[in-house]
Amino acid sequence: MQKNAYFRSLTIPLLLLLPQLAITVVFFYWPASQAVWQSFLLEDAFGTSTQFVWFENYQSLFADPGYFKALRNTAVFSTFVCVFSLSIALLFAVMADRQIRGAEIYKTLLIWPYAVAPAIAGVLWIFMFDPSLGMLARGLQSLGIAWNPRLNGNDAMTLVILAATWKQISYNFLFFLAGLQSIPKSVIEAAVIDGARPMRRFWTIIFPLLSPTTFFLLVVNIVYVFFDTFGIIDTVTGGGPAGATETLVYKVYSDGKGGSNLGGSAAQSVILLVMVIAMTAVQFRFIERKVNY
Amino acid sequence: MTSRSRLMISAALLTLAGAAPAVAQTEIQWWHALTGANNDVVVKLAEEFNASQKEYKVVPAYKGSYPDTLNAGVAAFRAGTAPHILQVFEVGTGTMMSAKGAVKPVHELMKEAGEPFDPKAYLPAITGYYSTAKGDMLSMPFNSSSMVMWYNKDAFKKAGLNPDAPPKTWPEVFEAGRKLKAAGYDKCGFTNAWATWANIEQFGAWHNIPIATKANGLDGFDTVLNFNSPLFLKHWTNLVELQKDKTYDYSGRTNNGEGRFTSGECPIMLTSSGFFGNVKANAKFDWANAAMPYYPEAAGAPQNSIIGGASLWVMGGKKADEYKGVAKFFTFLSDVDRQVKLHTESGYLPITKAAYAKVKDSGFYKDKPYLETPLLELNNKEPTENSRGLRFGGLVQIRDIWSEELEAALNGQKTPKAALDAAVERGNQALRQFERTASR
Repeated sequence: MQKNAYFRSLTIPLLLLLPQLAITVVFFYWPASQAVWQSFLLEDAFGTSTQFVWFENYQSLFADPGYFKALRNTAVFSTFVCVFSLSIALLFAVMADRQIRGAEIYKTLLIWPYAVAPAIAGVLWIFMFDPSLGMLARGLQSLGIAWNPRLNGNDAMTLVILAATWKQISYNFLFFLAGLQSIPKSVIEAAVIDGARPMRRFWTIIFPLLSPTTFFLLVVNIVYVFFDTFGIIDTVTGGGPAGATETLVYKVYSDGKGGSNLGGSAAQSVILLVMVIAMTAVQFRFIERKVNY
Repeated sequence: MTSRSRLMISAALLTLAGAAPAVAQTEIQWWHALTGANNDVVVKLAEEFNASQKEYKVVPAYKGSYPDTLNAGVAAFRAGTAPHILQVFEVGTGTMMSAKGAVKPVHELMKEAGEPFDPKAYLPAITGYYSTAKGDMLSMPFNSSSMVMWYNKDAFKKAGLNPDAPPKTWPEVFEAGRKLKAAGYDKCGFTNAWATWANIEQFGAWHNIPIATKANGLDGFDTVLNFNSPLFLKHWTNLVELQKDKTYDYSGRTNNGEGRFTSGECPIMLTSSGFFGNVKANAKFDWANAAMPYYPEAAGAPQNSIIGGASLWVMGGKKADEYKGVAKFFTFLSDVDRQVKLHTESGYLPITKAAYAKVKDSGFYKDKPYLETPLLELNNKEPTENSRGLRFGGLVQIRDIWSEELEAALNGQKTPKAALDAAVERGNQALRQFERTASR
């Protein structure tokens, strides 16, 4: 009996692949190539005058100190959001994974924030921390803390980090919890019999066994911070004050908005695309090796 | 709902609406950005026009915020499906003008359609903003406003200030701010919404000092910003000083901070006269408005204010018959009685001289002086090179640059001088970039 199925001609396999290929081409390669093409053009909003300018959009981008500021903001923002949302979610997951009364309720409640749209999450946090309207902001002010994200860049950054972290914890929690539940109980019981304390059990057994989940979440979180936090930044700070919360993605939007600088905006998205591809490649190449599957 | 699905639904609705009437009517698409009570005004106007004649049908469609509507119009033009009439906020004027063929100037439209049209019938302070240097009207003013100073009369009484004699000059405002702060308004003595509109655009016009060369850009896209001049520096320095103890407190780039006035937190706020509806509905104290303050040492100040709000642009590339319908609709809009009604009911400024005169003669302003304040400001003096308006391509982005620099000065990252210089320099870079893409 023959083990390998094979096709006599190329037609059928190509036909079978076609839907997937079509989707990839139409929804990914085509727009991406449009962005690359646009990044070499200088054009007015209506597209009535177009010049091909080679790398000029890239040159003016790298001559713009605002771009490097956005790069720095993105680094700070993504580091904090990833570290906080992953570590807090892990803590919650470990706590919720135990035999406690009402565990189901905790789990359900912890998952809720994920259902909130980013822009709405932003508005919720404004309601708490707006210097005029916010309950918590008033609390801070009465404690003598001069809280003013409208003007203070660090306050504004703190606020968007909080909102973005809060929003992502649910997602991470869900995966960590599933990861924890798939760790064989027998391994942990063996460690208990060997006399390992909870902390030691966590760091030598659970954490390494969780590493595929952690790795997956790291990639997802970085993509989240780079792209999906746009709605939060837009509603909470609009990139302000003085550009203190303008990340790379937000800058793509604000430069392209009103059609005023489509070429520059396209150049930025091309760079962003390259950056995310590079980061994901590095992660798979180097970090994945240390992951125990 | 995503914008795409919203687009598809509205497209589907339009098709349905278009299929309904048995008589062949020419449809005129009107995209706008107004919500709530102002949206009702738009719908009502379209209904009245449609009922007034049989040949044309105006179909209004809401397209989101002002920038969203502009973007929707731009995208539709690129795809060849632009509406006939696009409502564009004043900031987008430069962008709209710059593209040859994308828009149909109103003066041409009216002439070709043979509609009676006298540009002199309109209030020059309003149409000047939307006209070429030669005085040819490019777009039809629709909802216009200007910047006024709103103040809380109850707070004035509490601070020992005369509520019927609001401060007239900036030094008087600073003094009032200090007194209000001492009287318990310790988070915010005075403030403004629309940071750059208040502290750059209106400030320049009101003091008759230029923001840029070439009549603030009205005479050409090769305009160069030059508002890093002594009076601007003085004003920014004052604001930065007063921000330190919150006699002045910054309220953001747009009108998001307007609630600080109606909630009673900030007793003095400079913002749009269009804030009227909100104040009337939400302020639980006695209020009034007055003209914007000025620096007495500036020669000729106060000059006149400039408008804000939006105008109706006619998009290019449509059929002559459709243009005729648009022209008829504009004539309908400019009718004296209709303008009187719009102004007195919605608070929009009237666009024709006759409408303003009629409301004035009726004694309407005796009871409601706050509705006349912006008109008095706009018509205070014959507009000069510095106060006719401003026209910069990509002003949406330039305003963001200016706000960033103002914020950097207010939070102490930069000196007022460094921030003002950077606002001018970065703004000029954006202008040069735009100039290269502008086709006229």
